[in-house]
Formats: sequence, C-alpha cells, structure tokens
Amino acid sequence: MARVSLDATRQQALSVSLATGAYGLSFGALSVAAGLDVWQTCALSLLVFSGGSQFAFVGVIGAGGHPFSAVATSTFLGLRNGFYGVGLAPVMRPMRGWRRAAAAQVTIDESTAVALAQPAEDPDARRTGFWWTGIGVFLGWNAITLVGALLGSRIGDPADWGLDAAAAAAFLALVWPRLAHRRAQAVAAASCVLALALTPITPAGVPVLAAAAVAIVAGWGHPRAEEVPE
Amino acid sequence: MSAYAWMWVAIVAAGVLSFATKLAGHSVPESWLENPRVHRIAAFVTVSLLSALVAVQTFASGRTLVIDARLAAVAVAAVLLWRRAPFIVVVAVAAGVAAGLRALGWG
Repeated sequence: MARVSLDATRQQALSVSLATGAYGLSFGALSVAAGLDVWQTCALSLLVFSGGSQFAFVGVIGAGGHPFSAVATSTFLGLRNGFYGVGLAPVMRPMRGWRRAAAAQVTIDESTAVALAQPAEDPDARRTGFWWTGIGVFLGWNAITLVGALLGSRIGDPADWGLDAAAAAAFLALVWPRLAHRRAQAVAAASCVLALALTPITPAGVPVLAAAAVAIVAGWGHPRAEEVPE
Repeated sequence: MSAYAWMWVAIVAAGVLSFATKLAGHSVPESWLENPRVHRIAAFVTVSLLSALVAVQTFASGRTLVIDARLAAVAVAAVLLWRRAPFIVVVAVAAGVAAGLRALGWG
C-alpha cells in the first residue's frame, strides 16, 4: 500500500516537473529578449528560482524599469513562498543546516502543492512529493532556461501547446484532495473571488497574496478539527 | 559601475531576498506554530493561496480578466477530477483542450 502511494507521488512529481520545465523555455527566451545575457538569465533561475518572480523581474527590465524596481517586484511576488514554509512545517520539521537551506530553496508553488496533495496520514509520501517535485522542477527549470536563452525568439509561445491551461489544471488537481470539507471549499471559493476582484486594481502578486487574509479569517474562530485541512 | 554590473547586483539581490523569504517560512519558531490558532491559519493558508493561484491562472491576462480557452480546459479538468481521473490525465487533457480550441481560432 505504501509503495503504491509513493509511486503515484513520484509520477505526480515528475509530470509537474516536466510541465514546469517547459515553461523555463519561455522564461529563457523572454529574459534574453528583455536584454539580459545568457549568464544573467541562468543566474536568475538558479538564485531566485520562483517562476512568477523571475517573469516579473525580466518584465520590469524589458519595460525599461530600473533594476532595483525589478528586485522589489520579484521579491513581492515571492512572498507567498514564505507562507508555504509555514504550511509545510508539520510535514518537513525537524530540519537543520543544509537540509533546511535546500528545502527553502525549492519551496515553491509546485513542491508545496504536490506535498500537500498526498494523504495527511502518510507524511513519508508528503516529504517524497516535496523533495521529488522541488528537485525535479529545479533541475528541469534551470536546464531548460538555458535552452530557452540560447534559442531566444526562435521558440513558440507555450500557450499554443496549452501549457498555461495545463498549469492551472495541475494546481486545481493538487488542491482538490484538500477540499473535502465545506469549510475548505468556502475558503477556496472566497480566495478565488477575492483574487479575481483584486486583479484589475492591484499590482501583480497582490491578488494571490491577499488570499491569505481569507485563511486568517477561516482559522481565527473555532472550526472543528475535522474541518481544518491537514 | 556599469549598467551591466548593476544588473548583476540586482540579480544577486533578488536571489538573496527570494531565499530569505523561503527560509523565513521554514524558520518560524516551533512555539508559534503550537498556538492552535496559528496552526489552523497555516493549514488554511496553502488552500487559499493555491486556490487563488488557480483562479488567477485561469482568468487573468495581465490586469484584465478574460474568458478564453483556459476556462474551458480548467472546467474539463474539474469534471475529470470529480470522476477521479488520474493526475496526468487531468493535466494532459487540459493542455489538449486549450491547444485544440486555440488551433480552431478561439481563445
């Protein structure tokens, strides 16, 4: 039983890594188009390693913005990764030293989502999901960033392959098992509505981050234990 | 310093700040997390952030909201998830629906 669930976890981790890696192609190409060189493009993927933040960074540069406003925008878009570390605490701790540093570097949407999509009663599967997805995406994203930077504008738009919709569907599939109870469903629905309401009127990054307010409201009162997603 | 060197400074700064943000989450003291309220909020936070991410990825195009092939793809994905289809099938079919609709000239 444990073996079957671990194998399904690794499959999920690998398919997420492949799909995300494909996005590295468009990041590499966009970054070079924005005026960064191949080394700078690869350094962004290695050091920042958070898709939304990186696209924002090169977006600001490409639009003629100051490098420091690129840093600010990129950092702001990465703030949600800090919340992920808190949400992952029951699964990942205790961690120290290099292990904690490595886990931090690969704490992103994908690794968090795959980890928490595994059954709560199987912490081993959750840790496997986190590490396989985190390391898998890290390898794929960095390798394919380089390819995209070298190919530049010769590659097409990932949207032509439906990869943007595939990313949304993957995150929906990953959050799905955590929506068993009505309170979690209400939190998800309210978060969607809030994020969409804020999209036209706030800078990129705010809509998703603001959804944390919904979680604070939901967890503040005294929901019964079974209503809280584990 | 040249513009090229400043770009490197910015890249390293963005990397350091990104890492610091991620590490901060993993470094929240255990005693805070033992507070039941913080524990509940942390449990809901991932659901709310990931749900908001799905919504934004489905409807947002820059700062405008649009209905296009992504919505059709995500709707098909939701039906497949409800029918308990495997993860890889859900993702592949969603990509296929969006790519197909766009090839037909919609969205």
